[in-house]
Amino acid sequence: MTETESKDCPTETIESLTKEAEALKKKLEDERQKLNDVTLATVAERLDIINYMNIKPRRTLKGHQAKVLCSDWSPDKRHIVSSSQDGKMIIWDAFTTNKEHAVTMPTTWVMACAYAPSGNLVACGGLDNKVTVYPLSLDEDVTLKKKTVGTHTSYMSCCIFPNSDQQILTGSGDSTCALWDVESGQLLQSFHGHSADVMSIDLAPSETGNTFVSGSCDKMVLIWDMRSGQCVQSFEGHESDVNSVKFHPSGDAVATGSDDATCRLFDLRADKEVAVYSKESIIFGVNSVDFSVSGRLLFAGYNDYTVNVWDTLKCVRVCLLYGHENRVSCLQVSPDGTALSTGSWDYTLRVWA
Amino acid sequence: MNSDKAATKRKPEPNNGGCTGTSTNEDAVQAQTPSVAEESPNHLLYKKMEKIVEKMQDETTGVPVRTVKSFMSKIPSVFTGSDLIMWMMKNLDVEDQQEALHLAHLMAAHGYFFPIDDHMLTVKNDNTFYRFQTPYFWPSNCWEPENTDYAVYLCKRTMQNKTRLELADYEAENLARLQKMFSRKWEFIFMQAEAQSKVDKKRDKLERKVLDSQERAFWDVHRPMPGCVNTTEIDIKKACQMNKPLHGLKNMHVGPPRMSPSTSGINSNSSQDLLKKQIALLKSRLERRNIKVSKAAESFVAYYEQYLEYDSFFVAPEYPNPWISDNPELWEQEKQAKDISARRVKRWAFSLQELLQDPVGREHFVKFLDKEFSGENLKFWEAVQELKALPQSEVQSKVQEIWMEFLAPDASCPINVDCKSYEITKKNMESQDRWSFDCAAAHVYHLMKSDSYSRYLRSEMYKEFLNGSKKKTSVKGIRSIVSFSARKDNVT
Repeated sequence: MTETESKDCPTETIESLTKEAEALKKKLEDERQKLNDVTLATVAERLDIINYMNIKPRRTLKGHQAKVLCSDWSPDKRHIVSSSQDGKMIIWDAFTTNKEHAVTMPTTWVMACAYAPSGNLVACGGLDNKVTVYPLSLDEDVTLKKKTVGTHTSYMSCCIFPNSDQQILTGSGDSTCALWDVESGQLLQSFHGHSADVMSIDLAPSETGNTFVSGSCDKMVLIWDMRSGQCVQSFEGHESDVNSVKFHPSGDAVATGSDDATCRLFDLRADKEVAVYSKESIIFGVNSVDFSVSGRLLFAGYNDYTVNVWDTLKCVRVCLLYGHENRVSCLQVSPDGTALSTGSWDYTLRVWA
Repeated sequence: MNSDKAATKRKPEPNNGGCTGTSTNEDAVQAQTPSVAEESPNHLLYKKMEKIVEKMQDETTGVPVRTVKSFMSKIPSVFTGSDLIMWMMKNLDVEDQQEALHLAHLMAAHGYFFPIDDHMLTVKNDNTFYRFQTPYFWPSNCWEPENTDYAVYLCKRTMQNKTRLELADYEAENLARLQKMFSRKWEFIFMQAEAQSKVDKKRDKLERKVLDSQERAFWDVHRPMPGCVNTTEIDIKKACQMNKPLHGLKNMHVGPPRMSPSTSGINSNSSQDLLKKQIALLKSRLERRNIKVSKAAESFVAYYEQYLEYDSFFVAPEYPNPWISDNPELWEQEKQAKDISARRVKRWAFSLQELLQDPVGREHFVKFLDKEFSGENLKFWEAVQELKALPQSEVQSKVQEIWMEFLAPDASCPINVDCKSYEITKKNMESQDRWSFDCAAAHVYHLMKSDSYSRYLRSEMYKEFLNGSKKKTSVKGIRSIVSFSARKDNVT
């Protein structure tokens, strides 16, 4: 394809390689430009403008004694697990705002927690570099049955159960992701490719669920094949750490949030960035993003204590949600799309609808 | 690391003029510690805030700063909250006053400007007076002041017999605590405070007023009043990252490699490998067949239009949203398999995935397949999904089981796969794992989708179910809970 095939050039110097890489980059850029026939916002012009959204805080979950760092909805659509800097993990009935379990972890800074698909198991971890699972039961102390599944060489920043209680996928400050067997603690697959801390992962919503996406402090967004451990696609564009990644409900694109104060949409089929969600007056980093059921709305939690709601298609902001009194560290739309949960450094979680 | 910070801290104090005053010092500091400032996760933010502050401080187009005469004295270099908010509304792309106030509050909390006599760093849209912080005290100067510095500062304030310098309750408490903590060093701290106080006293009266307030605001940022957010805190993940020694490496493959081959052969090899990897990656990206943005955009719009009805943020669900109505009826109805709404049944036609995700839909589809005597494909596909979700210890036996049931020559429930998938699967059986049947399963899924599923959708069975389902919503129509305005081209 290229004129300077590496085989034609036996004395590969750094200069020649660099040159070749530059030429390829340019060519790729040109190819991309050809596909860039029209912007997403232009296509979306025919849609109605979203004028007013009546999203209000409906619940406030108080109980953590320090910053809330992560939360995850239960598949039952009303429970939430949250983890905090004080080393506590709390299981909430968000609907009644009751705490059902409060588990003290052996470490502070529990950076990640996740519900298993069955709803009977949660996983968490953080500065201890470990991912630990806790089977939930109302009868006995949940710490009795806890089990350490995997260990990274640096903090564990994110975890997710890939459609099964028996496996867990983790991302870490050691710049890798890993797939673990819950029962044996065996490392099933590791994923090398990022050159800095992995901050966030998300599973593709396709029926087979064999791919996932990761975002990292190397500013890259990578798509992985869980079976082979290979990176199958990569996206660049962010100017700072990528803190959050989330698949569009169709599975065809990935939304990201970054310290560069922008959210972006990368399309897997077009192999490129198709939208940037930013405003001059938004200067704080984004910690967490998630879509509404139809993919039209993108909720993004910022370090400026707010949640910005973006119209993903028209690429404009729809509204701002005020309420938290410190950074919004995590947010997630509930499994049935009826509510949005947010967690903050102000020690609280809120549910909006 | 500490010595670097000390160096930053001991910078000679610049005058209170423009932001350019520090430039020479800053250059020197940056040469010493090239990475600290750049790597601070808050650095990007500081840069953006400082750009705004510079605009605010523009002599002609900025926020009007005055010296106000009040009573017996003068209040130097202040502006009002309402002037600030007005300026922000005019010059920044904030939507409304609330957003302007919020941004102003955040900039105050970071210490770029401050109310002249309040420890709480916030902004009100009224005639309260505010003052700009001197660039020397900006958080971007990598401050991480120590408790001894704080002790000296508080101690100094007790020496100056002025009401405006009186310690607040919480400051007095802090001072007492520090005195206990540094009891052996206290004499030293006291002496330093005395010396600083002497220097301060020599200054011009108005200049002192400004400097005192700026110093106070600095400590309000770094030792905030109880109940106020400490904006200098760093995300622990980012802090961990900064402590890593190899951090600089992450930029290596981006820029052209600078090291010469003679200095270190290993490095040049590894960067050569990196480049080769990068080239391979670029080539594979060039080979990919991609769709146009217009096509991708159309698909997002189509997806939105199809799922709009199911998006609770746009259209109210069939039963009141539990979070708004405090009534969990929606969830309870969902669990029961009777009175399936048309809205729900309609969704089964979107994709095979949607149909199989709904337990009622899946069951109905199984019934249809049984009638057609073609249930084995779904059984196989589901067995493969089950396999993927098993603990590692049970994978081996399940692989055997699936092979025997569906694919072996004498399979009890044989499925039809194309010979290519069959050969691949046969080969996979040599090294069995949870992915062994992936290829065959993908093939079968495709078959189901294009064959049985489309026949199901056209069948009387589906149509009857759809018509028999509860019409609650179709009668009432879709209730949009969001106000849309018509497209622009319709208005004219």
